[in-house]
This record gives sequence, structure tokens and C-alpha cells, in this order.
Amino acid sequence: MGSDGSGSSTSATRYSEILGTARKAFLQGKPKSVEFRKKQLRQLHKLYEENEDALVAALATDLRKSRHEALVAEICYAKNDVANTLMHLKEWVAPEKPPKGIMFLLDDVSIYKEPYGVALVMGAWNYPITVALIPFAGAIAAGNCVVLKPSEVSAATAKVLADLIPKYLDKECYHVVLGGVPETTELLKERFDYIFYTGSTAVGKIVRAAANEYLTPVTLELGGKSPVFIDDTVDMEIATRRILWGKCMNAGQTCVAPDYILCTKEVQDKFVENAKKVLRKWYGDNWKNSPDLCRIVNDRHFQRVIKLIKSGKVAVGGDSDASEKYISPTILIDVKGTDPVMAEEIFGPILPIINIRSASEAASFITSREKPLAFYIFTENSATRKYLLENVSSGGVCCNDTILHLSVETLPFGGVGYSGMGAYNGKYTFDTFTHTKGCLARSMNPLGEKLAAGRYPPYNEKKTKSLVSFMKKRKGLSFHYFPHILMFTLGVLSSFAFRSLAKKQPGKILNLVLNFPLKKYF
Amino acid sequence: MGPQLNGKIPSTSSYPEIIQKARDAFQSGRTRDVTFREQQLKKLLRLYEENTDAMIAALAADLRKSKQESVLFEIEFVKNDIKHSLLNLREWVKPEKPPKGIVNLMDEVLIHHDPFGVVLIMGAWNYPLQLALVPVAGAIAAGNCVILKPSEVSEACANLMAELIPKYLDQDCYHVVQGGIPETTELLKERFDYIFYTGSTNVGKIVRAAANEHLTPVTLELGGKSPVYIDDTVNMDIAVRRILWGKCINAGQTCIAPDYILCSKDVEQEIVSRAKQVFREWYGDNWKNSPDFCRIVTDRHFRRLVGFLNNGKIAVGGDTDESERYISPTILVDVKPSDPIMQEEIFGPILPVVNVESPEEAIKFIVNREKPLAFYIFSDNSQRRKLLIENVSSGGICCNDTLMHVGVDTLPFGGVGNSGMGAYHGVYSYNTFTHKKSCLVKNYNPLGEKIASSRYPPYSDKKTTFLASMMKKRRGIGFSLKYLPHIVMFGIGIAVAVGYNQIAKATGANSD
Repeated sequence: MGSDGSGSSTSATRYSEILGTARKAFLQGKPKSVEFRKKQLRQLHKLYEENEDALVAALATDLRKSRHEALVAEICYAKNDVANTLMHLKEWVAPEKPPKGIMFLLDDVSIYKEPYGVALVMGAWNYPITVALIPFAGAIAAGNCVVLKPSEVSAATAKVLADLIPKYLDKECYHVVLGGVPETTELLKERFDYIFYTGSTAVGKIVRAAANEYLTPVTLELGGKSPVFIDDTVDMEIATRRILWGKCMNAGQTCVAPDYILCTKEVQDKFVENAKKVLRKWYGDNWKNSPDLCRIVNDRHFQRVIKLIKSGKVAVGGDSDASEKYISPTILIDVKGTDPVMAEEIFGPILPIINIRSASEAASFITSREKPLAFYIFTENSATRKYLLENVSSGGVCCNDTILHLSVETLPFGGVGYSGMGAYNGKYTFDTFTHTKGCLARSMNPLGEKLAAGRYPPYNEKKTKSLVSFMKKRKGLSFHYFPHILMFTLGVLSSFAFRSLAKKQPGKILNLVLNFPLKKYF
Repeated sequence: MGPQLNGKIPSTSSYPEIIQKARDAFQSGRTRDVTFREQQLKKLLRLYEENTDAMIAALAADLRKSKQESVLFEIEFVKNDIKHSLLNLREWVKPEKPPKGIVNLMDEVLIHHDPFGVVLIMGAWNYPLQLALVPVAGAIAAGNCVILKPSEVSEACANLMAELIPKYLDQDCYHVVQGGIPETTELLKERFDYIFYTGSTNVGKIVRAAANEHLTPVTLELGGKSPVYIDDTVNMDIAVRRILWGKCINAGQTCIAPDYILCSKDVEQEIVSRAKQVFREWYGDNWKNSPDFCRIVTDRHFRRLVGFLNNGKIAVGGDTDESERYISPTILVDVKPSDPIMQEEIFGPILPVVNVESPEEAIKFIVNREKPLAFYIFSDNSQRRKLLIENVSSGGICCNDTLMHVGVDTLPFGGVGNSGMGAYHGVYSYNTFTHKKSCLVKNYNPLGEKIASSRYPPYSDKKTTFLASMMKKRRGIGFSLKYLPHIVMFGIGIAVAVGYNQIAKATGANSD
């Protein structure tokens, strides 16, 4: 499969064919079998294991990504996600049995986990493997057929994925489609049952507008200006490292990269001073020569980012080389809220600092803008932390570090407002691609029918009253603590049983205690 | 309260002002206080308790709804939903503490619940109170400010809500805006943080398109043709009653009303003959005179429905009276899948029967059409039920009854595909209006920093390998403390028993 790029009419027919194949496979029930899903996920795991070098090489071509970042933030990360899904899939697919009220005592109440059908997953170029294949795997785990559209900007990785995926996974259920804006426009005319898009807010809107034609639900993983708040209560050396780490990774081309810093003038001075030391330690004397710094993905982005350096004053860095698309890690000070660097997501290694005097000033600065994808709070003062947590809305929060909240698989990752809608990660990815189908199975017991017969006409006061009292919400007899009480009772009982047994047959008990196979357990 | 000026529809130019008022109230942080939310919910409950008669009268004016249906589905249903929220709200608002892996042992891992901000709720005319106020209560419980736009079609109820809500609820946080299509179009140009719409698929699309301007997330509670599958294994007397009940309530103007029946010719005959009996029992000899049967909401809807009566053959009913917008409960047989009545949601008391010979044929029939909001399976054969549940996608399912699944407050209620997106009821309403904000809290422990310092450049193979192995997913070694409380309780049980014995011994009460 490859991008022919030979005009939209041919790609349109090809897309309807692909969709036709996928839909047919879905209707036959092929991707719904849990064994089949597991087999496919194991294959995906194998794809990562067997093609590590090819994937690392593709990422180096696209972004000059170092092997370290390629493995840690992309390949191992995605592989672990598949491993986690394989471990839990059985419990995730099982229908939930929620508690039921007294009205439904004779009935069965379940929530079934149903795949949507054919899902479209559109990846982004900054983490071409992670943001494409984690949702892809989630859609497989949930029992959908999937069409994957990697970003055309990271062309090398897109090509490797298009080559490898059909070699490892079922060819009817899972498809890779390549192409740029015209192809994507055609593709979005097709009908999907779910669309998962990672990328910019502007394109996110276009995707959702196209999805609306068939009322297709969407998850939009977008970006935004993720702020850092830092005060003087923290270990500045550690804090500086953690902020710069999040900014420099992938040369700042990370949707949750710290976008700008909010701090006092004093904290700024300490930060800048520490930053110089840290960056020298990381990248030596000539940063450009370090193999650990990525490049800007293409010339267009390079041109956009380089212009932003003109805002405020360069305190650290500020070098660039257009021939290599290199921009050095850069810290800007004396930046105003109205400067161009504050008007859009930076998505590059430039870190502006805005001075504020208090946490409340920081909160009002942030809330007067669009809701960010991440918010980083560096403080040891728990009251400040609580205040900021409660008063700033953002996709997620990481306190005293950056980016790492994404690595907690039990935390949903997603935006709010302009930073996106929907969330994924771990089980949340599975849930994203799953329709939860509530099901009440009523008993046909004639006695139950008799009791509920008041619902039928002709209506009268007596019927209405009896039904009202039947429906009435009461403080439920909660069974929440039942297991605890049971265990307590068992404890009491076992103690008595032990005593009485000890009295009757002391020898046997002594024997039991002495010969208890402790070794087996330790 | 801005919008209601002496009961007149306010000019659309007041919308920005109303929304700004709500936004200011939200920014003030007032609605974040759980006690405030509880107070408002209690006031909403009081609104219901003190105005029951006015509500029954308004519903009768709009739909000639009978008192029983009004009390059960519009009043008690909502009251119970509010009570359920009040009983559980303190539990719901607590930040979640999901399990964490060994890497995050020293960190705090939390999921905070943030309200979205200012939400717009658009009600429908068929259950004007329930469909407007259940989501309103959910939005309040989650800490949002709310603009409610009741349907202009059920005018009496809309006026009542516009009059009562400002009397009971906080006037800065909660607003009612009235109007038809032009006003709604204006309203949708404003920016909201969440939109909850109940109504038709067509309007749902328009609402979502408007919401997209500001990337506002939406819940769409739409409709669709909810099929009934019925075979010959069930108690036909009970089954027919339960199907007709779901169809006749509100004269079929229910989003989850059984839309059509799929069954064999034999079962069809059984249904038709029993239906005649059941209707006589319910509505007497002259059904039109029964006070328990609603009217069609408007002339436009009436004419649309009457057009369906020449599809197939009338087996039961088929009477109409335009002056009252009355259409009798009607069963149509010999209906073809290509007939007009099978092309759109019926939303009236007409029940067509389409013959199928097997559950497989029924599945094929349903999946070839848009996904319905509800699917009703009447069968005592559990294998067959399983087959149908697994192979038909629908918003929800009720086996051996109709509508009742909506009454289970622990089941999410919502559609899929053309029948909608998102779900609500009980905790799901609260979740709908809540953004789950993940939060990882790290500390500055130098040891932890040391261990994790291999993430920093300059990179080396050693660092990479170390990090990869740290990250590696292992089958949990039980860092879950899930069962710790149980073990502790067991231990306390033993301790108490032993202690009791010691005391008994010491006091000499133990005779042996």
C-alpha cells in the first residue's frame, strides 16, 4: 500500500474499496472475537520487537530523533501499552454488572462493551509511532476494524508503518492509508463509526466538521499553550532540569511540552542561571553538535518557530541553522502577554518567561486564555498547589515535573476546550473505542407482572400512588462494607474454631502449626 | 433574571449579556462549592414538590398528558434522579485515586473532577420537564452554570420552567432562555463549554456543527427506529402488554418507543388478536374518550403521521380526529421495508409489523439500517437473546419489556451512531458534565531524582536500557492494596475473639 498521489478521484475509489473491505469484515464479526483481538495485539507487539532498528531509523530520518528518545518515548512506550492491554483485555471486555434497585431485583442489569465498527485513526508527525499506534491498538482491543492514516509530514515513519502493518496484522480488518491534505479530505468523506485525531486545533475542527456529516463521534487530541507555574519554595536545580527536559525532548515538538513559564523576577533569575549550567552539561559547549537534540520537522515549521525568537529578549540560546533546521534551546525573558510567541502554541525549543507576582495572578493569566492541554505546577506549598488545581482548568496536571503524567497508564490523557475532547491511555483507550450498551433483561415472572400492572391504563389515583411509592428513591442498603463485615466475622469464627479444635485435638493442631509449609511461601 | 420580561420572549440581543452573567458567576467559583450545589439541587427538588399541580396542568395543556404519566415520567422520575444525586454527590466529587505502578510509588496519582463552565441544555417537547431538567440537575451537580432552552413546541411547560426556575435557583448561575428556531440559531452562535441536546437527528447535526465553531463538546440524545424482536417462546399475554404499553405511553411520542416489530406471521397474528383485547381493556369501547391517551403535539406532526396510515394494511385501530389531533393506537401488517413508515422514526401511536422468519433475518434487517436508540428482545431462549445482543448495535437494550431500562439509574442512557452520542442518568449525568483532570504529583526527593536522572542527556546505551527496563510492563506483583482492608478486618476479627477470651478468663466468667 502506498500513496499514489495521482489525484483525488482514484484515491476516492480506493478509499471506498478499503472501507468496503473493512466494513464487510466487521459485519462478519471477525474483529469482535476476543481471541482474534489478542492475536492481533500479540502480532503488533512482535512488529515492535522485530523492527526496532527500522523504526528507530525512520524516526531519525524524520526528526533526527535520538535512539534514546525513539525507544523510551515511542517504541518501548507503545510496546508496553500493548502488553498492558493484553494483560487486562479479558476483564475490560467483560460486561459490567452495576448495582440495581429493589424495583429490578428479579431482573438482570448489564452493561455490554460493544465496538463501534470501522474506526479512523489519524496520527501526528511529532511522535509518529506513539500517537498513531496507541489509539490504533486501543481500537483493535475494543473490537473495531481500523483505518490508520499516519501523518504525511513524518514520511519515513509513515512508510515503514504502511509496509509493516499489513505484514503482521489481518489485512481485511486493518488498513494503512497514506497521503496529505487532498487525500485526507477524500478519506474524510467516507463514513466511519469513530474518528480519533491527533494534531492541531485548526485541523481538529475540520475533522470534526467532516465527521458531522454522519454524526460520527470523535476524539480530538489537540495542543495548546501548556503553562508552567514555579515559585521559590522548590529545589530550583531539580525543577530546572525537569522543566528543560520536558521542553527539549523532541526539540519542544511535544503536545504537552511546557510552553511558557509564569514566575516572579527572582525565580526567573535563578531559573536562567541554572538553565545555562544544565544545558551545558547536557549538550556540551557546542549544542548543535549534540546527537541528543532533535531538529525541527520541516522548513515551514522552522520558519514559523524562528520568528518567535524575536519576542522579548534572549536570555539563553537563540542560535539557529536553517540548513539543518536546527534551533537551539532558547529562553526568552521580558516577554509580554501580547507578543507573537504568546499568541500560538510554540511547538519548538523556545521557552518564554512571563513575570507574575502571585499564584492568583498566574491563575487569572491562564484562565483568560484557552484551556491548555497540560498545566505544570512547581511548588512545595500545598495551599498554592491546591489553589491552582482548583482554579485552573486544563487537560491534565503534573506537579513538580513535566510530561510524566502521560506515563501513568491509569490516568486518562486528553484535553478540554481548545486542547481537545475525549481521553485515552491504558483502559481509557479501550473505553474510547467502545460503546457501552446498557441492558435490562426483565423477568417474565407473572407475579412481578402483577405487581407492576399498575402501569397499564385505565389509570387511577391508587395505581399512580402505588407506583410512585414503588419507584421512590431510598437511601440504599449499601452492600459496600459487606465484604469487610464478612471478613471480620470469619476472623472471629476462625479464632473460635481454632480454639475448640485445639481443645479437642491439641496434638493435631500442634502438628499443623509445626509443619506449616512456611518455606513454600518465603 | 434577564431573559423573561413579563413572560415575553426576550430579544436575542440579550444572549451575550445572560451568558456573560453566567460566566462571571462560574469564574467566581461559587458553583465549585459542593454545599452550594447541594443547596441548589434541594431547591430544585422543592420546586417539584411545591408545583406538582402546575406541572400536571402544563403537561396536559401541551400534550393532554394524563396525570399518571405526568407524575411517573415527568415528576417522580426527575425527583428520584435529584435524590439519587443528593445521596451520592459527596462520593462522586471526590478525586479518584487510581492504582499506580511501582515507578510512581512515591507519587500521588489523582483524577480531579472539573466542571466545564457554562453549559447549554436544550430540551425536547415530548417529555418537556424530564428531558430538560434531568440534564440540568446533572450539570448543577457537576458544578457548572447552566442556560436552559426548553422546546418552544411544548409552550406551557416552557413558560412554567421560565417562571419557576428563577424563583427557586440562583439567578446568576442558572438561566432559562425561550424561543424557536431563529432564537436558537442566535443562541448557538454564543460560546458554551458544553452543549447537551435532546431531539431529532437532523437538528442534532445542526447543533453539533454550530458547537464546532468553538470546539464545544456535545451530548446528542437523538432518536431512531427502535425495533422489537419477538418470537414464540414468550408468554404472549405479558409480552403484548409490555410492547403496547411502551408504544401507547405519550401516544408513541417517546424517543425509545418501540418503533416496529420484527416477528413471524404466526406471532404477528397472536399479537394482533391480543392487542385488540388489551386495548379494549385499557381504553374501553371508544378509545378516543379515554382520558389516558395523549394527543399528537402539533398539526404538523399529526399530518405527518396520518400519511403513514395507508402503508401496509390496518389490522387494529386506524382512527383519527384532526380537530383533536387524535390518532388511535394502530397496528399495521403487510408492511414492506421500502414503505415510507419504515424510512423515518414514527414518533406516534402507529406500530408496523415486518415479518421475519429467523433471528438471523432480524439481525440483518436491523444492521442494514441506522443504529437504533433502543432494541427490544422478547424471547425466553437465552441463546437467541445472546445472539441478538451481540450482533445488533443499539444505544441500549431491554429484554422482555420496553422502556424500563431507562428507569435503572445505574445504566448509562444514550444512543450510538445516528441515535446519538454521549450518555446520561445517575452518575453518568454527573460524568457527562465533568472534565476528568488527571494529576500526577511528584516530589523533590533526591533519591528519586537520582534514579530517574538517566532520562537526561547526554544519552547513552546504558541509560536507555535502564529506562526501558524500568518502564517495562510486568504482571503486577500486587501493589494493589485493594484487598488490604479485608485482610485487616479478618485480623481484627481474630484479635477481638482472642481479646474477648482473655478478658473472659481474667474476669473468671469463662467457666471452662
